[in-house]
Amino acid sequence: MVSYRLAAGGLVNRGNALSFTFDGKIYRGLQGDTLASALLANGELLVGRSFKYHRPRGIVTAGSAEPNALVTIGAGARSEPNTRATVAELYDGLAAASQNRWPSLAFDIGAVNSLLSPFLSAGFYYKTFMWPAAFWEKVYEPLIRRAAGLGRLVTEADPDRYEKAWAHCDLLVIGSGPAGLMAALAAGRAGARVILVDEGFRLGGSLLSDSAVVGGLKAADFAGQVLAELATLSNVTLMARTTVFGWYDDMVFGAVEKVQKHVAHPTPDLPVERLWRIVAKRAILAAGAEERPLVFGGNDRPGVMTAGAARTYLNRYGVAVGQRVAIFTNGGSGYGLARDLTDSGVEVTALIDARRESADIAPESVRLIRGGAVTSTRGTRALKSIIADRSGFEEEIACDALAMSGGWSPVVHLMCQRGARPVWSEERQAFLAPDVGAAFVAAGSAAGLDRLSACLRDGADKATVLARDLGFAAYETEIPDVAGDYDPAFAPLWYVPGSKGKAFVDFQNDVTVADLGLSQREAYSHVEMTKRYTTGGMATDQGKLGNVNTIGIVAGMRGVSPAEIGTTTFRPFYTPVSFGAMAGTARGEHSRPVRRSPLHGWAARNGAVFVEAGLWYRSSWFPREGEKTWREAVDREVRTVRASAGLCDVSTLGKIEIFGLGAAEFLNRVYSNAFLKLPVGKARYGLMLREDGIVYDDGTTSRLSENHYVLTTTTAYATDVMAHLEFAAQALWPHLDVRFASSSDQWAQMSIAGPKARIILQRVVEDDLSDAAFPFLSAREVMLKGGLAARLFRISFSGELAYELAVPAGYGEAVADAIMEAGYEEGICAYGVEALNVLRIEKGHVTHNELDGRTTADDVGLGRMMAMQKPDFIGKHLSTRFGLTAADRLQMVGLKPVEADAEIKAGAHLLKENAKPSMVNDQGFVSSACYSPTLNSFIALAMLKSGRERYGEKIVVWDALRGSEVLAEVCPPVFVDPDNKNLHV
Amino acid sequence: MRYSAFEIVKQAFSGNRHWKPAWREPQPKPHYDVIIVGGGGHGLSTAYYLAREFGITNVAVLEKGYLGSGNVGRNTTIIRSNYLLEGNEPFYEFSLKLWEGLEQDFNYNAMVSQRGIVNLFHSDGQRDQYARRGNAMKMHGVDAELLDREGVRKMMPYLNFDHARFPILGGLYQKRAGTARHDAVAWGYARGADSRGVDLIQQCEVTGIRRDETGRVLGVETSKGFIGCNKLALATAGHTSVTGKMAGLDLPIETHVLQAFVSEGLKPVIHNVITYGAGHFYISQSDKGGLVFGADIDYYSSYAQRGNLATVEHTIEEGVSLIPGLSRARVLRAWGGVMDMSMDGSPIIDRTPIDNLYINCGWCYGGFKATPASGFCFAHLIARDEPHYTARLLRLDRFQRGFLVDEGGKGPQPNLH
Amino acid sequence: MASLITCPHCGVRPKEEFSIRGDAVPVRPAPNAGAEAWYAYVYVRDNPKGRIEEHWHHTAGCRRWLVVERDNVTHTVFSVRDAADVAKARSGEVA
Repeated sequence: MVSYRLAAGGLVNRGNALSFTFDGKIYRGLQGDTLASALLANGELLVGRSFKYHRPRGIVTAGSAEPNALVTIGAGARSEPNTRATVAELYDGLAAASQNRWPSLAFDIGAVNSLLSPFLSAGFYYKTFMWPAAFWEKVYEPLIRRAAGLGRLVTEADPDRYEKAWAHCDLLVIGSGPAGLMAALAAGRAGARVILVDEGFRLGGSLLSDSAVVGGLKAADFAGQVLAELATLSNVTLMARTTVFGWYDDMVFGAVEKVQKHVAHPTPDLPVERLWRIVAKRAILAAGAEERPLVFGGNDRPGVMTAGAARTYLNRYGVAVGQRVAIFTNGGSGYGLARDLTDSGVEVTALIDARRESADIAPESVRLIRGGAVTSTRGTRALKSIIADRSGFEEEIACDALAMSGGWSPVVHLMCQRGARPVWSEERQAFLAPDVGAAFVAAGSAAGLDRLSACLRDGADKATVLARDLGFAAYETEIPDVAGDYDPAFAPLWYVPGSKGKAFVDFQNDVTVADLGLSQREAYSHVEMTKRYTTGGMATDQGKLGNVNTIGIVAGMRGVSPAEIGTTTFRPFYTPVSFGAMAGTARGEHSRPVRRSPLHGWAARNGAVFVEAGLWYRSSWFPREGEKTWREAVDREVRTVRASAGLCDVSTLGKIEIFGLGAAEFLNRVYSNAFLKLPVGKARYGLMLREDGIVYDDGTTSRLSENHYVLTTTTAYATDVMAHLEFAAQALWPHLDVRFASSSDQWAQMSIAGPKARIILQRVVEDDLSDAAFPFLSAREVMLKGGLAARLFRISFSGELAYELAVPAGYGEAVADAIMEAGYEEGICAYGVEALNVLRIEKGHVTHNELDGRTTADDVGLGRMMAMQKPDFIGKHLSTRFGLTAADRLQMVGLKPVEADAEIKAGAHLLKENAKPSMVNDQGFVSSACYSPTLNSFIALAMLKSGRERYGEKIVVWDALRGSEVLAEVCPPVFVDPDNKNLHV
Repeated sequence: MRYSAFEIVKQAFSGNRHWKPAWREPQPKPHYDVIIVGGGGHGLSTAYYLAREFGITNVAVLEKGYLGSGNVGRNTTIIRSNYLLEGNEPFYEFSLKLWEGLEQDFNYNAMVSQRGIVNLFHSDGQRDQYARRGNAMKMHGVDAELLDREGVRKMMPYLNFDHARFPILGGLYQKRAGTARHDAVAWGYARGADSRGVDLIQQCEVTGIRRDETGRVLGVETSKGFIGCNKLALATAGHTSVTGKMAGLDLPIETHVLQAFVSEGLKPVIHNVITYGAGHFYISQSDKGGLVFGADIDYYSSYAQRGNLATVEHTIEEGVSLIPGLSRARVLRAWGGVMDMSMDGSPIIDRTPIDNLYINCGWCYGGFKATPASGFCFAHLIARDEPHYTARLLRLDRFQRGFLVDEGGKGPQPNLH
Repeated sequence: MASLITCPHCGVRPKEEFSIRGDAVPVRPAPNAGAEAWYAYVYVRDNPKGRIEEHWHHTAGCRRWLVVERDNVTHTVFSVRDAADVAKARSGEVA
């Protein structure tokens, strides 16, 4: 095998050979290589297949705009599809595989598409595959999907770590080429906090590829000198391997840093990638310019690449891209390359300049063809020759590489992400960065400058202005002399007339000049429509390479300036960002925080099964030995509570302390029912509405002292209600003297319910708990035996004699243990939220199953809680709208199956007997259902049209989704103790 | 010109040089029977059905940008009819039925792909809610299945079943739901409307609504001059408040930005549409291989078609939590569209207090799937001056009268819908 | 705006710390204002394209409600004030 690695030169470490594989074959590269340069050094031209036609493709660029050389790197859970070989840093043991080919890269069956291409023109799929209709899902689409995509997604979890961080600076410099380095230097010397980022693994940008002499040093050495000084400045942070992918509001830049993507075995001590949010006071975009391919027949043959890429492989990696290199150019770039190649001893077979004249001088040994053009190329899986045309005379020129240069497009992507559009420059024949204000400016070739010396100066000057603007004393930076650079100026050439064969503008998506023409003929003429119809610019490079050519060609077809065509919209991400980096640490079990009740440990010790409830884990039921199903445990818990007593953890309820002279008035306004006259030491059930008259949340509020209340919310609405109350107090009634503090996490709260609750509780409480001394709805501080102050509320969700006891969170488990011990003789049990739910359904108490954001107080039988005599409360004024008071609204009822063992499930709908299922006949739905061990039957709460008028009616509980129909009787929604006798014992 | 495989072959043999323009690019006439403002999905489908169903062809669609440049070209392409409420379910099912015959109807392959949607649930309570929804669908004769955990695993083995913060307990599955190629929907309707005589006028921005002394609309002021009409129909979701204001309308709408994003092309793995129930995002994989994500709005009012990074990060956190293998793939492009967020989360297709002004708005972020029915029902309303049966509850005065169609039960805070 | 908010109490903070409610212009009517006024307050939004005021809550910070005045096209923030001060100023009290 021929080695294309030159004997000397380049920034690769020849003392450190690295072994890697591509499609299973073992190769050698050098430290400092990219995968692409290493493949080229080994003479591997064919690296990928295009998307649509599966055409053989080679490396086109030496950077992040690469459309062709996409490979999968790594194996198993670490395999990474669609990785650009041109930016993949080589490491020992790297394993890469080609994509989108079958059975192999060299022999790909999909390439037959290329033969069918006359039938596969832009948008062909919109015009066929319509008959018969059912064939789309069965035949056509599976075929299309088989061809879809490039690399393969792994289905295993990622073994590596990622993290996120914020950074702050005075000046962010994006790009470490000549302009970026000088900018960082000027601002850094002035004392500004500078962050210099570059996507490359070695800082220096284009200086690393340049053969010019800067300040008497080789360009790369000059970069090294500047970087050495920057490294001594504590106010300057250098970040290689870091891509700024997005510019967001308020000068926040998104960036991703590859921390360990270049090592075979990442250490778990570090993330593999880090997502940065960089907050910059000022920023300079010094991202350079992208070289445009030329558009001619067969411009996609492996071996054809941009001149700049060929130059980079030569000067930076010491790799000749061919043994006989032809160059096709419309500007100075081709000449610069020709000189570098000949200086390195690589044969340049021809330098074809599309311009008839120019001041550029070709090396003497190189055959220069002025006013010529390449109209087609030959070779199957690698370039063999080109056909050059000069004034109608065709000539075949043998070569194994063709370097092309169609001019330069400044990389203005980031500056156009927030709505501004790039501006066409007739003079530069390029889209230049828009003016986005003084805080973010482009410098160097990103600003449209071409000569190296101008870029160096521009970077320094612009940074100086920005640093001074921020108050730093910045001095003139001395700009070194430059020798041996070239003038990259060019004349426009969008498309080579007389091209034979397909001329590609978008390599990856196989969009050709003919496709562009078709889109124009078919009236998809706006540039966005052209893009969408042809898919040009929609590949993984997002049109970095092809879009400007597309615009130029369409402009030519329409006889207008590219300015009139305009660009498509620039959006994040400048280059694709891994989902892993975006997710950071929030993944899997750690995707969201976990909240545990202060009684979690107690519940666990009592054998609780926990269930996720929002962020909480709540104790769901407490199975005992011998209980085979969850139902057995729940039934026992319910029976125990009804017969004796149980203890349930209710700490997750929201608890809000309310203070102030205006607290009573405030509560009176946020609750629909009256609160002004709630006595000290009493609790009251309260209903909170939204301003639209619909029920928002419910809970009890207790007046602990004259101006101190504690309000409880449901678990699910704790945070929302807190914000709602804060809004009311701050934005609606700021003159009310009221303050809040959430104490949800400060209290362990337990419900002790059942006929034996008092007896048991009295054993741990000093205060008298007799019905006379502590009647229903009492709420006050009590002293526990042993001297712990606690809050005790005589309230009941279960319908039994019940108390809620709140103790400081840290005492929760000890107190719960003490109560369980105190109630041992009575057979007290721990019960979970499942039993709690059964108890409340039996009692007809509502939860958010019923209060689903569409129900009024009256709907759930709480119409009496609308204190309409109050002048104002949230939700009062819109609650009387016709639609909210209509007679056929859904009202809460109870349901009992006619056959007691028939099961009713929540989510079933209701139908009149013998009625056909239809939306019009829909009578309502089952909101909550359970097996009631008290009634030995399934029971349910349901929302039924005009329900309260229909007690006694038989109705079909229709659950077609789960294949059941049950006949049930409509009844009042309170199944147990309708007269509330148990509450007052 | 009729599109077919035969036509493709025929054209290929003449070098694809003789394809006809998909639509004309006409200059506006001085007056039309109906002017539709907005050349997005809904405006174009309205024009199509006006011509096709109601024989009204002296119609212009005025579009300030290019055809399909609004949300029809920037959505996540999902079609479905898995709704709960009477105001919504029949309407969206009507839409799905229209989707099912759409391509043959307008002779354009919009790649309507009924690959199914699964709404995952992660708690018993959520299962009950989805059961309620599924039963509502079945009550209306719409297909729905309740999958248990194993049922979901069988369809989507790549989901995180074993190490999830919120376990997957099952899913509500609608087989007939799926996706469609969004741009092609706009183009198909445009071509179908154009071929029936509708003038599609691009780069024509409406700058004012001219009314006579009685308040009747006479026509619109545009960047191409005044154009008169008998009836004016607004289909400018995202900018409804702006165009409505031209006629003095006060609307129950706030404008918000919704982001979406897509991965690099990957070999197909995700064959259905999935919605995540323990947060809020949905994902599908396009026929080109891109994983398409949608999520919550950014929550603040915005007319800028771009969002912020935090929302994308948050969605991807959920995405990687649900589909661990995503971690090593890459997100390619994120974009934003501006939405009419209505006060109950449901749309409005109605007449306005102004006699000959009609409005179609408030689509929140569910407008794409509604495109066919929205156009059909709006055309029905414009042609007959009475609402289509399936859209009869989507009225403008429902907020005042208290007949809300609040699918999410979130109340009058638009950014919660 | 969409990335950073300058809380008058806490300084510059990332957007993620805040939650947003919506239009801050409508003022809660007097109790006897009538159905039309209540409908307008709860449902009708001016929703202009351009300069707006919006209620933001510094949920993960000082827990104050703020009125953020900003442009909803450019996302430029003009001012961030405590909502209580704004409400007091509107009702004639000196903030």
